[in-house]
Amino acid sequence: MNTEHVIEVSGLSRRFGGTDALRNVDLQVPRGEVFGLVGSNGAGKTTLIKHILGLYRCQRGSVRVYGMDPVKTPEKVLARVGYLSEDRDLPLWMTVRELLGYTKAFYPGWDDAYAAELVHLFRLDPNARLQTLSRGQLAQTGLVAAIAYRPDLLILDEPSAGLDPVVRRDILAAIIRTVADEGRTVLFSSHLLDEVERVCDRIAMIQDGKMVMHGRLDALKEQHHHLILHNMNGHTSDLRFTGELTRERVGEETHIIVEGHREILEAECSGIQRAQWDLREPSLEEIFVAHTGRALWAMNAK
Amino acid sequence: MEVYLNTNDGAPLYRQIMQQIEAAIATGLLRPGEAMPPIRVLAQRLLINPNTVLRAYRELEASGLLKSRQGAGTVVSGEGSPLATNAKEALIRKQVHALTVMARNLNISGPRLHELIEEAYRPEHTTCREPGAHS
Repeated sequence: MNTEHVIEVSGLSRRFGGTDALRNVDLQVPRGEVFGLVGSNGAGKTTLIKHILGLYRCQRGSVRVYGMDPVKTPEKVLARVGYLSEDRDLPLWMTVRELLGYTKAFYPGWDDAYAAELVHLFRLDPNARLQTLSRGQLAQTGLVAAIAYRPDLLILDEPSAGLDPVVRRDILAAIIRTVADEGRTVLFSSHLLDEVERVCDRIAMIQDGKMVMHGRLDALKEQHHHLILHNMNGHTSDLRFTGELTRERVGEETHIIVEGHREILEAECSGIQRAQWDLREPSLEEIFVAHTGRALWAMNAK
Repeated sequence: MEVYLNTNDGAPLYRQIMQQIEAAIATGLLRPGEAMPPIRVLAQRLLINPNTVLRAYRELEASGLLKSRQGAGTVVSGEGSPLATNAKEALIRKQVHALTVMARNLNISGPRLHELIEEAYRPEHTTCREPGAHS
């Protein structure tokens, strides 16, 4: 029994028609952490989340949430989970107050004071009908419904997609508040690496249904290096570095992303004149591109 | 003190926080005995994971710059001068570490490295320091 992992996914595969949506995915989400699922649209993030919620049955592999199978005992799993879906699928005919009253009925742990505080904080009108709300207000309303019963596990699917910076801030603040509450866990998917970097302890990068990379965010950052070679008049092409992922020429400079120990890379550079190389720490975006060969922002542009 | 974070900079956020606190202690902006903001408060203000703030504080405690007191939160350690001994040593220790790694990679022995440092430490040499080795 492993109670330290709130979510355990092993060997999960899923096909829709002729397409592999998930291929042999393993995922462990430790208790009390913020876990970020990073990938472009269509990479498989939502499909994975729907398996965790028990909305999809596993074709191959297994999913356990708090040690339980979410398909067999959905009521036990969902009682501990707060969920905000990507398309917010909220009952648009209800008012904000009706929605919260309706959600409250399902959860004994509902905290009226906390719900009221959030409604006030987000400046929501309790009497407004959901269909009259803006995209941002709908997201905020969905968020109140997902966190006001203080779930042990909060799952947010692309919480800030298409939202303005003010509402994104509210959502990030809610995530931070949730984990600051002892022992609560957050899983959220995003293609906005800035917010992922701000709030995640651990991330998994998913691409074409496969887990490309996962681990503690700070460890991943420390394992990747951005080497810049200057003015080497074409003498760079025969230089190879251990753990090299990608290289790109930009004018007189060659940019190389390397995975491995910094000391080894520095030793390998010691044969090059000191003025001709520079070592930087890559951003999460650069690491993602190095592993997938594609930029997130380019894939999400519609 | 204000902390500024930049997610386009590759440096992990906990290290950006550490560097700014180190600098604030070294320059006397943060004084010995001064209370640091509570972890949750700083996390909410910076809009980052509380564990990131916790990690920055823990590492600064390990290097002796901060200390946590039961019930009194985290405070800046050291007495007397604004740049306390701990802070000074923590700053120089990092440079020494980088130097020894480099020396090993270049096959320069420990005793030889000592000699080089002795040589560089003599007053007439202090003007030709490498950038980044400033104290």
